[in-house]
Amino acid sequence: MSILLFTELSNNKFSKATLELITYGRKVAQACNTSVTAVILEEVSPDQIMQLSKYGVNKILKNTDVRLHHFEPNAIAKALISAAQQENATAFIFSAGYTSKAVAPIVAAKLKAGYVPGAISLPEIQGNEWHINKNVFSGKAIAEYTITTPVKVISLLPNSLAVESAETSSQIVDFNANLNDGDFKIKSLEVHKAGGKISLTDAEIVVSGGRGLKGAENWGMIEEMANILSAATACSRPVSDMHWRSHEEHVGQTGLTIRPNLYIAIGISGAIQHLAGVNGSKVIVVINNDPEAPFFKAADYGIVGDAFQVVPKLNEAFKKFKATTH
Amino acid sequence: MKILVCISKVPDTTTKIAFTDNNTKFNSDKVQFIMNPYDEWYALVRACELKEKYGGSVTAINIGGADSDPIIRRALAIGADDAVRIDSEARDSFFVANEIAIYAKDKGFDMILTGKETIDYNGSVVGGMIAGILDWPYISLASSLETEGNTATLDREISGGREKVQVQFPFVASASKGMAEARIPNIRGITAARTKPLVVIASSGNEVLTQVRSYKLPPEKTGVKLIPADNPEQLVNLLHNEAKVI
Repeated sequence: MSILLFTELSNNKFSKATLELITYGRKVAQACNTSVTAVILEEVSPDQIMQLSKYGVNKILKNTDVRLHHFEPNAIAKALISAAQQENATAFIFSAGYTSKAVAPIVAAKLKAGYVPGAISLPEIQGNEWHINKNVFSGKAIAEYTITTPVKVISLLPNSLAVESAETSSQIVDFNANLNDGDFKIKSLEVHKAGGKISLTDAEIVVSGGRGLKGAENWGMIEEMANILSAATACSRPVSDMHWRSHEEHVGQTGLTIRPNLYIAIGISGAIQHLAGVNGSKVIVVINNDPEAPFFKAADYGIVGDAFQVVPKLNEAFKKFKATTH
Repeated sequence: MKILVCISKVPDTTTKIAFTDNNTKFNSDKVQFIMNPYDEWYALVRACELKEKYGGSVTAINIGGADSDPIIRRALAIGADDAVRIDSEARDSFFVANEIAIYAKDKGFDMILTGKETIDYNGSVVGGMIAGILDWPYISLASSLETEGNTATLDREISGGREKVQVQFPFVASASKGMAEARIPNIRGITAARTKPLVVIASSGNEVLTQVRSYKLPPEKTGVKLIPADNPEQLVNLLHNEAKVI
């Protein structure tokens, strides 16, 4: 028996979301009295392998099939199923994101495993019955799911639990799922990676701008705040629709869903569609000149005022704070 | 080109969410139901555009009771040629995917499209499960779809970026933003929809892999703490000492 984790690298490193996944997997394994096995498909450096040991992975399956470096959901699913069978897995856990959305449903359907996408809690385990919470209705409610299938599939929503280290010695084993060429049906023509920037879904702090900023040329102060706080930048839908910012920054119902520790919304009124993408944030700060803006109802802290006056002053205050604490 | 589009019935975005039966059931009383916006706006509209350009047919499929018929008629009004309703409650993602896979299996579809997720259960699961059951390639979160002969070219969102990929028919794709512009059904479409075929068939699978035991509402925000605009230091202080997020 074991708990299998799909640990994916981002820019050759394990992201915070992956470390959360390992902590989660370790706790599930403890509750089930079993061990944690991580599956890695990509090339991985020795110092990253050490990260896995540091957070409590007992066994590492290191893929030797280079064809799996390309993102082919069906082939990856097949490889993961073979790993799950080899390790007699009780549960297969992913970090919720682009990869899990592509791969986990295939794994779950083929294994006839109950799947909870975007879990926000550790399972409450009663024998073979697992109860897991997940956000539903675009963050307006929480549902408790029950899975009773022999194998369980879960994807863990980032920022749902704190990372804890747990030094372990990990056994490293080469792994090859013996796939056929016929398993690879998707041909890659071109890859665009954003590169360098803090990824929006991983960021702990996000600074976001809306229509109230009046134009693309006014984003300097937003980027400055993001720089000071080591934050990612985001925007509301009208801003991406008007091409002031790239659509990759659009958060909300039709864009990305994020749940950082701190979300600072500047010049965003807080339409329900926008809230659906950010209401999982731990702390929300709203800066808006309209005291009636609906966003204030969903906020923890607010400043009613003109962004063009408030933000530069706030940036100075953040700078001073950073200078004294570091 | 023969396209199957999966459409789901969901509560309108602005619905106030409430539960009944000791918080075990969604309270649908007075709720306005719509076609899941991602199924409609992205998947269905793109399917219709492809059909209008290259010929072929678009079939809309829904798992639901007779109360799904208004959204099915809307799909027909937007441009689907015919529709199928599997007469059963949508019990869980696997149940829905399995019903669709069983229906689609030997009908000669070139592609099956879904929206990127539904706005009620936000799973992003059904498309991948259909692909898993049928063993068809799956392109998730596709933001564009072009075809040439039996080959499709799609842009998809991947971790940290975007990728352009090519795949042969048949395949399954989930559609995300960028795929198509919203389309409002016109009078001619609405009139034509009344006479387009809507076939109702009994469900054939009965497997369910998950259940919802109960629902709850997230903890309410305790109310916003307002900080004077001329005192940003106070906000910094609160974020550090009280909220502990910086």
